[in-house]
Amino acid sequence: MTHPFLALTDADVEEMLRTIGVASIDELFRDIPAGMRLGRSLELEPALSEQELSAHLTELAARNVDTTRELSFLGAGVYDHYVPAVVDAVLQRGEFLTAYTPYQPEMSQGVLQSIFEYQTAICELTGMDVSNASGYDGETVAADACFIAKHATGRTKIVVTEATNPQVRRVVKTYAPGFGLEVVEVPHHDGTTDPDELGQAAEDAAAVIFQQPNFFGCLEPAPDLAAAANEAGALPVAHVDPLSLGVLEAPARYGCAIALGEGQAAGNVPSYGGPHYGFLASRREFIRRMPGRIVGETVDVAGERGYVLTLQTREQHIRREKATSNITTNQTLLALGGLVYLTWLGPQGIRELGEACLSLAAYAKQRLQEVAGLEPLFADRATFKEFAVRTGRNAHDVIRDARALGVHPGYALGRDYEGLDDVLLVAVTEKRTPAEIDRLAAVLAEVTR
Amino acid sequence: MKLIYEKSQPGRRASAIPRHEGLPAPEVPAELRRTEPPRLPEVPEFELVRHFTELSTRNFGVDTGFYPLGSCTMKYNPRINERLVGLPGFAQLHPHQEDEGAQGALELEWRLDQILREITGLDAVSLQPAAGSQGELTGLMLVRAYFEDRGESEQRRKVVIPDTAHGTNPASVTLSGYELTPVQTDARGNIDVEDLRAKVDEHTAALMLTNPSTLGLFDENIEELERIFHGAGALMYYDGANLNAVCGISRPGDMGFDIVHINLHKTFSQPHGGGGPGGGPVAVRGMLAPFLPVPVVVHRDDGSFGLDYDRPKSIGKVRGFTGPFGVFVRSYAFMRMYGPRLREMSEAAVLNANYVLARLKDVYELPYNRLCMHEFVLSARRLKHDHGVTALDVAKRLMDYGFHPPTIYFPLVVPEALMIEPTETETKETLDAFCDAMLAIAREAAEDQQLLKDAPHDRPVRRLDEVRAAKNPIVKYEFDRHPTPDEQ
Repeated sequence: MTHPFLALTDADVEEMLRTIGVASIDELFRDIPAGMRLGRSLELEPALSEQELSAHLTELAARNVDTTRELSFLGAGVYDHYVPAVVDAVLQRGEFLTAYTPYQPEMSQGVLQSIFEYQTAICELTGMDVSNASGYDGETVAADACFIAKHATGRTKIVVTEATNPQVRRVVKTYAPGFGLEVVEVPHHDGTTDPDELGQAAEDAAAVIFQQPNFFGCLEPAPDLAAAANEAGALPVAHVDPLSLGVLEAPARYGCAIALGEGQAAGNVPSYGGPHYGFLASRREFIRRMPGRIVGETVDVAGERGYVLTLQTREQHIRREKATSNITTNQTLLALGGLVYLTWLGPQGIRELGEACLSLAAYAKQRLQEVAGLEPLFADRATFKEFAVRTGRNAHDVIRDARALGVHPGYALGRDYEGLDDVLLVAVTEKRTPAEIDRLAAVLAEVTR
Repeated sequence: MKLIYEKSQPGRRASAIPRHEGLPAPEVPAELRRTEPPRLPEVPEFELVRHFTELSTRNFGVDTGFYPLGSCTMKYNPRINERLVGLPGFAQLHPHQEDEGAQGALELEWRLDQILREITGLDAVSLQPAAGSQGELTGLMLVRAYFEDRGESEQRRKVVIPDTAHGTNPASVTLSGYELTPVQTDARGNIDVEDLRAKVDEHTAALMLTNPSTLGLFDENIEELERIFHGAGALMYYDGANLNAVCGISRPGDMGFDIVHINLHKTFSQPHGGGGPGGGPVAVRGMLAPFLPVPVVVHRDDGSFGLDYDRPKSIGKVRGFTGPFGVFVRSYAFMRMYGPRLREMSEAAVLNANYVLARLKDVYELPYNRLCMHEFVLSARRLKHDHGVTALDVAKRLMDYGFHPPTIYFPLVVPEALMIEPTETETKETLDAFCDAMLAIAREAAEDQQLLKDAPHDRPVRRLDEVRAAKNPIVKYEFDRHPTPDEQ
């Protein structure tokens, strides 16, 4: 067995078989009926050495056009924010990287304490009382919230605004039949949601999900939306950008029951869509309905402070078919990346970062107007780091032509919304410079002329 | 050890955000503006690094030592994978990049899909599910879509699960709106076929089975199970948690299963990360392919790769984008370093498990006296009866010997269960040292019970009061109002 990841010598194998009392390795598989054995080698390409593997994957990676090779204004759910070196340094510690879920707390205080610190950070950002240890992504935590809301209210309708990320809506709709839920969408008007219309739809609803800033980058009248939901007895659920929460109000402060979102922007690289982490936080009253892991503080037999997985009677390994969720493996390492990043930012940093996004995006809006003559689609709406512009051409053609000039100008909104075929959604993070924005404007001027 | 929030001092920071002159002022409408800043930690960069480094030393991973946690397949995670996943072409690739700008990523996904088809013996794959339990849920959504398409969804409401199953299986059944039909385990550790026969009929939608089971035993009646379920028009779902036992030896598709999820973080070396990320691709028989989540990766006639969203019968989406791509890079890399030799991986895993079993079975009780596959379950019932020492005590004492404990009290059918999975990536010397420790603990149980009751002795904390944690949950730092240990 000579392979870098195997260890047994011929002598080892012989001695081990003798101890077991069988003549061959094959005999160990005697319980498998003959008709169910493969009886041939797997038809896979031969094993590669590390060096060969490295060359192969380097070649595959080189056929991708990533954000270091192309000036990119893509967002629409995943954002090109700067990830500092300290995140990598912590995440590459083998004690974190190669540990399992902390079922044995005495072996796992590092992970447990860091999750407790992560939960605290998420509660500080959102204003909520309790956060779980993470969900799969910003899509699935929205489905989790529906499950909480159904059981908390006894109602079976979910209202989601059309201005919420289309992938979030799609995942909620995919989960809904199994949960016994129906999903109703409320249209946007000129880029945002009308609180009265939302309130009417929220009658008899378990939850109302809206996004802030919404998928178009516009700032919703979030306090009014939350109030409309509360008025109707539905749980207001805010899907928020964590990096907006240095400048935008915490959802708990304007009456939301649940705040959740995609954590990628805070400390994870884009990585073609994953793995990232979803965060999920709620008011105290839903703590025993929360899906997934939660870490709590306690003491050991000597009275020293320590951390454990707690409220496990909610979970599948105890409650089985009566659990609040089936989640076990979640996104702990990515959430740890989030904690390290938020610690790196600090309260000053997260405010400055939000302000930088606001300023740079406002500058981009201005330059696209001045240089390329492109009008914002929802000119009356305040935005955060992303905004929609009409290009006068099919956006896919605009993207193709701009990419030929080395700039990815954004996301084609026509992929998800009827009548917006000529609209680009442009994302501007703190990683973009005024000079890069000028270049975007020049390129869009050229390709939309 | 202090929390990072307790090390915080106003005015300190680790970050510097670039500033630019002459930009528009940042404006937020007053009614939406943040009123109080979030109390994130305020520390300089070096304090940040020291804090998390110290936390890491209070944790144990596969890189630290032997981690025979049953059902979790805690194998070595190759370091090259971490380097490769960090290549800018992967790490910095935006998921909305046009297909022509993501050909390398799409080819990697397509190649992984092809390998998974060969390993499972099935016809089509979705890489999308984020973990095993989400793979289960996706699988049950596929079951529902399949029967809806055939007009049988009202009729088929039941999913059959053995009592040895992971808790995720029954939880997934509930979340997908099905009803649970539990079946018992027989005296040899197989599904009780007689019990089963009475429970499978035209109302049955599917069987969910882990094979080898959580007892580490290959179900000897698998051919009969296949006849019963397919005979009743039901589907068979394979929980791939234990795939590490049978790669290249026996394929779920050849066993008769129609849907399989694969745990990339178990079998194919995605590091567990203290509880994730994982990857739970689902492989299916051809008749189920139309229902797979969108998008599906396709290899076009012109040689290019693309994402196909035009699938009218699809169940929809179970998470964002195509799935956890970074996990795909690592697992693909791992599979390519084995190729057809994946069989040797499984052989070594099964050999290691049987060796440890052989060395321990006379001292600890073996409830099902058979050869095992990649893991096995012992019972500490005798120690409890004779000396009052429980599986928990054995687990805690193992920590003093420098080993991570096995999974305990699972599966539920075995009292005082110790579920041990050594994996293939251990030397015989390590296995022997672990066995020696287990045997020594059994002697200690007879001689000095208190030594075990007080264990662990050398970890950063002693045994923790979990009842107190659950009774009055403290789930975040409360800053100036945070309770001291005495006040809890």
